[in-house]
Amino acid sequence: MRNDTLAVASDIGVWVTIVLLAVAMLAFAAHLAVHAAAARPSSSVRPAETALAGRGSAPPAPSSPGTDRDRPRSPGSNGEGEVTEQAPSRRWGVVGLQVTLLATLVLVASTALRGLSVQRAPLGNMYEFALVACCFALVIYCGWSLRRDRLWLGLFVTGPVLLILGLARRAWYTEASQLLPSLESIWLVIHVSMATLAVGLCLIGFATATLYLLRDTAESRAAGPTGGGEVTGWRRALPPAESLERMTYGIHVVAFPLWTFTLIVGATWAEQAWGRYWGWDPKEVWTFVIFVVYAAYLHARATAGWTTRKATWIAIAGGICIVINYAVVNVFFSGLHSYSGL
Amino acid sequence: MAGPALGLRGWARWTWRQLTSMRTALLLLLLLAVAAVPGSIWPQRGVDPAQVTAYLQQNPRLGPWLDRLGMFDVFSSPWFSGIYLLLAVSLIGCVVPRTRQHVAAMRAQPPSAPRRLERLPAHHSLTLAGDSSSLETGQLRQRAQEVLRRRRYRVAVKDAGADAGSGFDVSAETGYLKETGNVVFHVALLGVIVSVAVGHLWGWRGEVILPVGENFTSAAAEYDTLQPGPWVGENELAPFQLRLDEMTVSFETEAQGAQFGAPREFSAEVTTVPQPGATPETARLAVNDPLSVDGASVYLLGNGYAPVVTVRDSSGQVLFSDAVPFLPQDDNYTSTGAVKVAGAKPELGLYGAFLPTARIDERGPTSDFPDLVDPKLAIGVFEGDLFPGGAAQSVYVLDTAGMEPVLDSDGDPTRMLLTPGQTATLPQGRGTVTLDGVVRWSGLVVRHDPGRLPVLISSVTALVGLVLMLGVRRRRVFVRVTGDRGAGTLDGATRHTGVTVQVAALVKDHDPGLQSLVEQLAAEITSADEVRTMDREPAARREGSG
Repeated sequence: MRNDTLAVASDIGVWVTIVLLAVAMLAFAAHLAVHAAAARPSSSVRPAETALAGRGSAPPAPSSPGTDRDRPRSPGSNGEGEVTEQAPSRRWGVVGLQVTLLATLVLVASTALRGLSVQRAPLGNMYEFALVACCFALVIYCGWSLRRDRLWLGLFVTGPVLLILGLARRAWYTEASQLLPSLESIWLVIHVSMATLAVGLCLIGFATATLYLLRDTAESRAAGPTGGGEVTGWRRALPPAESLERMTYGIHVVAFPLWTFTLIVGATWAEQAWGRYWGWDPKEVWTFVIFVVYAAYLHARATAGWTTRKATWIAIAGGICIVINYAVVNVFFSGLHSYSGL
Repeated sequence: MAGPALGLRGWARWTWRQLTSMRTALLLLLLLAVAAVPGSIWPQRGVDPAQVTAYLQQNPRLGPWLDRLGMFDVFSSPWFSGIYLLLAVSLIGCVVPRTRQHVAAMRAQPPSAPRRLERLPAHHSLTLAGDSSSLETGQLRQRAQEVLRRRRYRVAVKDAGADAGSGFDVSAETGYLKETGNVVFHVALLGVIVSVAVGHLWGWRGEVILPVGENFTSAAAEYDTLQPGPWVGENELAPFQLRLDEMTVSFETEAQGAQFGAPREFSAEVTTVPQPGATPETARLAVNDPLSVDGASVYLLGNGYAPVVTVRDSSGQVLFSDAVPFLPQDDNYTSTGAVKVAGAKPELGLYGAFLPTARIDERGPTSDFPDLVDPKLAIGVFEGDLFPGGAAQSVYVLDTAGMEPVLDSDGDPTRMLLTPGQTATLPQGRGTVTLDGVVRWSGLVVRHDPGRLPVLISSVTALVGLVLMLGVRRRRVFVRVTGDRGAGTLDGATRHTGVTVQVAALVKDHDPGLQSLVEQLAAEITSADEVRTMDREPAARREGSG
């Protein structure tokens, strides 16, 4: 039933991915460090412009297609200004992106091999779920990076993904095998692939939400009486807080319907497998909690009297709930979703 | 409280406003999320009552307090229900006026253009020279409407005042579906709540453990447990019959580690009689593959072993002979159960474990593998009163309150280890116990839920509404054409020497594509060629009129 060669190849691939991601992470960290250490641009440059400085003045890197398209379609409309002189080098960030692209390819291949080794979709246990969620997060990040300059985000995607993969290998590893009868259903593929896609998106949304709060703090400090009017340190590499906030919202606007879809499909499947569409199993409770928290985030953003900072904290709470739903509920709460294989 | 002026009506209105405000809704949402969490931390009566009992026994101090707070019935507790009912009321209070406003907005004309278009978030202005390539205001007027209508904008045209010469304003709006989606989503959520309530009130769920070869009739008394909804009469259960003909079960033997012994297949062959007197039908029942009989669904959820035990008295007369389902306690199906021989005098009770693959060591009898490799039945024997006080008791547990262990010749409690086909003799002429064999049993759940389909329809509708609400952009576009005052005439046939075309747009939230939209619209409206190539029919009409 099981092809051991493919299973072993998959395991090796995951290790290779971990090494590649570690390299990418270091390169992305260097990218931010270069920005932090770079000489201050002339004082006429507004903070909004320094943030994206370096987009075009650095020699165009052949490896990052999309640098041309990368410019805002309508300068000024979203606060992303034109290029300034003395831009810090993008070399490290580009290296990071290249290695991340390679890591993504290897991870997608490893996940596919894992599925092939047992002739089913690799969505049957916690380890496989982690692999697929990481694949989605990396693919989304790479796709985004190829269209827009997202080098500053690299560290905050590769870092968490590396952590998840490491945990998956060390703590959640399950040998490739056939599925439990309760998981043998087409709904598994629909339900879990949508859930992992939503989780992958939320992971990136969590990163941009955190970065927004950090950048916003830096901007208000810079604008304050003691600040020099410009954001200093590594946060200079980030886009303006306003545009980070919009990205965060945009990501969650996609992730929320996906999560709702996951919930509906899960209920449909539960109806077929367990004889009821909703039974407050711990996993169902947390799916519901996550749905409600993200709904609250979307509401908070439209509520007068709630600052975007406060609303973003709710998005961060949603991200934490996803982590709890995955890492705590699966392992410590017994319920019908005890598929972890641990 | 300085509210004398408010009065009762005033207070009621104030409360209603507070309750239906977005801030309250947001607060209630966050509360709902927090309130649901205890339901995943502590066992719930509605999910697994046995776990709750066990928890209460293990935590005699904390348990009762948690119980008083409703921590074991979170989702039916007053505080949880209070939150979601308030949320539902808040939802109604929000959705009803919004629907009314939206219907009015859909009927109304787009609002007139603001005085200063250049202040809008996106703005583009073109001045057409008076040469032959530029268009007349009459053409511009028509072109602007066509361009916007083709993009599914609702369009209204208003002539500028007399002082503005032959100029005019076009107001256009699109993305009404966004608000429609919003209303649909929230109404559908209410639909979900109502459907769940319907299912709760008129639905029922019964569970039964059925050994292979036995018959079952769906009736209130026949279920091991039955949870009827509050408005279900006992005679309203679907009266079908079901016979379990065969069960197929297999377990993982290849993969090692935690996956070893994991279940790989469960399925059952059953014969059903949908109505009394109807023709029997055979069907396959499996996990993820329920069976629909007489308006109810039958699910295969559990399985286990039922040792077939025969107890005879010293004269060889059969006192008891039946397949007795034992309940699995772990993944390797170490199962416990009880055989209650009420026909013996004094009454006899056998209590112990069934092990499909026996291993007996210092930890006692356990099973190493879930399948029948080396089956053994390990039991102890009690005698006395099986049903002290006549109270209801579990068929799987022996209540030894009124019983004494039967001692063997050495004075130790009797223990027996039987393999299938083996017979053991009870001490002091009490007779014999035979393990005739082992059959499998199926744990069946029978469910009837009239709210099931409405819930599905409502939630899919909610999803569609959600996608529209989050995906559609609502945009307002204004086009203002101002003619040169000196040269302008109202018939639109005269060329103007300096016509200014302004296009501006407005959105509620951020919209990165807005500026390019405005520029593109301005280009399309002022350039004749592009319109012709993009849309032939209006172009033909335009030629006819111009």
